[in-house]
Amino acid sequence: MRRFLDRYWYAYAMVLPVVVVIAVLVLYPLAQGVFFTFTNINEGNIANPILERPATYDVVGFKNYLNVLSGGESFGAFWSTLVRTLIWTFSCVFFHYTIGLGLALLLNRQVKGRTLYRVLLILPWAVPAFISAFAWKYMFNAQYGIINQLLRSVGLPDPVWLGQSNWALVSVIIVNVWLGTPFMMVALLGGLQSIPGDLYEAAEMDGATPWQRFRHVTLPGLRSVSSTVVLLGIIWTFNMFPVIYLIAGPNPNTRILVTYAFERFFSGASRDYAIASTYGVLILSVLLVFAAVYRRALRKQGEVW
Amino acid sequence: MTLDASSLKVVQAAGPVRKRADRSPLASIGLHGALVIASIISVFPVFWVFITSLKPDARAVEPSPKLFNESSVDNYTRILAGDKGNFLAWFGNSVVIALLTTVIAVFLSATTGYAASRFRFPGKRSLMMSFLLVQMFPFAVLIVPLYNILIALGLNGSTFGLVLVYCTTAVPFCTYMLKGYFDTVPSDIDEAGRVDGLSPFGVFWRLIMPLAKPGLAVTSFYAFLTAWGEVAFASAFLSAADESKTLAVGLQVFVQQNRTEWGHLAAASILVAIPAIVVFYLVQRFLVTGLASGAVKG
Repeated sequence: MRRFLDRYWYAYAMVLPVVVVIAVLVLYPLAQGVFFTFTNINEGNIANPILERPATYDVVGFKNYLNVLSGGESFGAFWSTLVRTLIWTFSCVFFHYTIGLGLALLLNRQVKGRTLYRVLLILPWAVPAFISAFAWKYMFNAQYGIINQLLRSVGLPDPVWLGQSNWALVSVIIVNVWLGTPFMMVALLGGLQSIPGDLYEAAEMDGATPWQRFRHVTLPGLRSVSSTVVLLGIIWTFNMFPVIYLIAGPNPNTRILVTYAFERFFSGASRDYAIASTYGVLILSVLLVFAAVYRRALRKQGEVW
Repeated sequence: MTLDASSLKVVQAAGPVRKRADRSPLASIGLHGALVIASIISVFPVFWVFITSLKPDARAVEPSPKLFNESSVDNYTRILAGDKGNFLAWFGNSVVIALLTTVIAVFLSATTGYAASRFRFPGKRSLMMSFLLVQMFPFAVLIVPLYNILIALGLNGSTFGLVLVYCTTAVPFCTYMLKGYFDTVPSDIDEAGRVDGLSPFGVFWRLIMPLAKPGLAVTSFYAFLTAWGEVAFASAFLSAADESKTLAVGLQVFVQQNRTEWGHLAAASILVAIPAIVVFYLVQRFLVTGLASGAVKG
């Protein structure tokens, strides 16, 4: 034991503060949250330290999971919400990645004003999310929004973007693509810059076309950056709450798993913490399964991560 | 001799220049065109909010918006004078909370990232995995348990409690980034420092930290933004008194109470966005290198 401490004490000393904070503020609440999913806890029966009211909720076993997984409308129509969440996540990450990669490729060339372009293109990342949400909500407004104004002026139909239709989902996806592209672009730009120039020269010598160079030099060179940022992007987008909530509010057409958990949590007379926690645990399970599959797929390609 | 040197220079310069000359004028126009369009899309929403912030509320909701219409800085003066809530107090709270979060989160993730990058110790793998796991859990659902813990620790309603909560959001990602960045700093430097008699902490603090500036800049940016724009935790954990609100919360209340005052809302938004954009501008030249090495190494 002594030798163990002698060898590792400085490593542990450096890690300890984070471990303590994470354990107290994440793992313990997580455990309590999982426990809540087996109870019928809500605003009315939770212990209230301020009013000194003891807890009166009961353990109800798997009832919450049965209710949610049966997909009933009163419990947020779990399966159709899951499908919408997947549509939202994959379309957002797809556009983040492709647009981000396209812009990174453009910025990686010799081009005048590169620094200026880069600053302008990263800007959406620097604006606090609730401000962007406000800006887009104003621009999407059906009557006086600039977007419909433009569409009308070129004679296109002007939909009610944030109403009770799938246009609302399209709108929030547009906003999130706008918000999330800079991160991907910056990460991929860094990845591009780490690909040795010799590889391109060698490929050019061998008579590779630009497409072949992209396909066989650029993409493999970006693989490790891509695998990390795509995984992070999927996790973040899956749990992206502020954009949808601040722009569309509790609109069933933009409901994804996280926003529904929030709805159960914050609104409604009952403030159903048990159902909200159940959704949280289900979200965590979906993401864990996904991360495991993703990792295995990467490993098959010989990527150790 | 001079002739040689100058001709050499020409040859050297020819490398990158030739690439540009390679491109046909049409391709150049296409490249700049694509970048200009992308830049316009990227900047326009912020620009439009700025334009709106100069208009009176009634002019901001015209069915055919114009660029300038009775524009003035009245909205700004009224907000700064406190007509629309205790704006300056909110601003101060936000600055304190965001700066504290940045300092604490960056320091914690730097030590952890360094330990994970340099030392092999039992539990390292599970530590890094748990960071990924933390990203996956929808944090909002932790609010009730967190609320209980903050009460138990006596930190409920305090600035420091909120800062700790923000740190748990920022630290996992920052640690990943910084670990990746430290991996790119050669460990020969550490060994040289140890030979010269520095302790492991001395090596970290005096040698590695100054070398890791780009990585530290990116993580600071990320931590600052995490705390600066957050609404849900801030409204749940800070006391309801008006003067202890953060900007994000105060503005949220303002939005709910004044749905029609788009001009004032826009002006307030611009005021909130300015510090974030200033921080962004300070770190932007480090962003590409800092983020890349973090992400490359994962």
